[in-house]
Amino acid sequence: MAVETISKTPEVSVPISSNSIILRISRFNSKTDSSPTFAEFKVPVQKWTTVLEAILFVKQNLDHSVAVRYSCRQASCGSCGMQINGKPSLACYTKISELNSNVVTVEPMHNFPIIRDLAVDFKQMFATHKKMKPYIVREDSEVTPGTKEFLQTPEDVEKYLQFSYCIKCGLCNSSCPTMATDTSFIGPQGLAQAYRYVADNRDDGKKERLKIIDQSHGIWRCHFAGSCSHVCPKGVDPAMAIQLLRGYLLGFRK
Amino acid sequence: MAERMSNREGLRGMANPARYGLERVAYWLQRLSGLGLLAYLIGHIYETSSIVNGKVAWDKMLELTQTTQGHLILTLVIGMCVFHTANGIRVMLGHGGIGVGKPGQPEYPYDKSQRSATGSLNYKQRLCIWVSIALAALAMMYGMAVLFGD
Amino acid sequence: MRESIIMKIHYATALGAVALVAIHILFRMTQNFSESLQYQNVIANYHLLPYALMLEVVLILLSVHGFNGLRVILLELKQGIMYEKMINYGSIGAMAALIAYGSRTILMAGIGMS
Repeated sequence: MAVETISKTPEVSVPISSNSIILRISRFNSKTDSSPTFAEFKVPVQKWTTVLEAILFVKQNLDHSVAVRYSCRQASCGSCGMQINGKPSLACYTKISELNSNVVTVEPMHNFPIIRDLAVDFKQMFATHKKMKPYIVREDSEVTPGTKEFLQTPEDVEKYLQFSYCIKCGLCNSSCPTMATDTSFIGPQGLAQAYRYVADNRDDGKKERLKIIDQSHGIWRCHFAGSCSHVCPKGVDPAMAIQLLRGYLLGFRK
Repeated sequence: MAERMSNREGLRGMANPARYGLERVAYWLQRLSGLGLLAYLIGHIYETSSIVNGKVAWDKMLELTQTTQGHLILTLVIGMCVFHTANGIRVMLGHGGIGVGKPGQPEYPYDKSQRSATGSLNYKQRLCIWVSIALAALAMMYGMAVLFGD
Repeated sequence: MRESIIMKIHYATALGAVALVAIHILFRMTQNFSESLQYQNVIANYHLLPYALMLEVVLILLSVHGFNGLRVILLELKQGIMYEKMINYGSIGAMAALIAYGSRTILMAGIGMS
């Protein structure tokens, strides 16, 4: 990445003390720029300031043109995934004080096309997610007259609950070594979601899903490097889901 | 232009073992040792083919390969072979869902500790990786003793 | 062929190769290492039919496993219909060539044509 640094200090009156950090934001507009540059901003921080709050401070006071996607600010919507000091993380869920650094560098997530600055395009990930049939597949339904609700024991629920915590932030895909080079790979997000529904005993779509993932850029391109599980901010453990899913194809599970 | 805009990490990202823990190092070593062993297999089949040309050709080949450098390469091959085998068995069992933990409800703050305790990043996996590395080191030492002890 | 079948072959060849390569290495340990590489000793090994057959099996297992591993790495590096076809057929070709070349050595040394 070519680096052209643009430094800015706040024109508004903000307490510049030892509690301030340098926030380096990657700037790139796919329509006008040929390579990303870094803009540096001095940002006042408190113990509880998150990276997202620091970015929003920049937007409000220093440069309103910084592009960042965010919504819930509480790690529920999966919008603000980015590289923070080189590690894929949610900006709203990462406190500046946890980073133990006076310089915080934020870059767009790897393995996703950049729309502008920190905002990346999720089109491919959502399309892949949709391909995994992320819903219960079965003939009857709970609302069909004469049928009952689909009861599950706590043990049944525990088989897939962990994987239903996925907020589709894309951090797992951005850390995956296969995703780094393979543009056709389903990715840990999609595969973990395939397992979430295959493991659900209300679902009858196992056969269809296993057929979708059993192709040359499907589940076999995962080599259990575990990077996806290292970065997941919601405790989903995609690496576990993928290995358990593969167990069906290898005949270890029925 | 298209590939740069896609912001893919590319070969550099794929081959960088310095991030995401020991499992990523094992992934990297497995690939590297696999490629090394394939190169050795091709070389080994080529070198042994000299036997069909008689004793003189075979002895000439031995003169070329049974050297200090040749023994060092062979020591490295022994290490790669043992690591690739031991780690390969770990990965293979993992691929079948064995030893990768049991799904459970994620607990706040959802950090790595839960996945390291009961999930796919569990201590058994890390232990197996260290054992694979240790076995490779031991095999290399034994190999050196045999090769250079003659 | 379905990818799951290819990968099952990959795992099976790995397990088979581990056992047979161990025997192959043990044959070098039956005597002093450099002595075991002497021409007459190696030829004697090739003349032993079970050992020669085992070498042939090892050759097939390792070629299949090795070139399929390389195919996987190459498929992940770059994508495209033509490229992937080339990689798939190329690895089968390389596999066959290596097996043929190695088999020639085993056969010729085994029947005493050297």
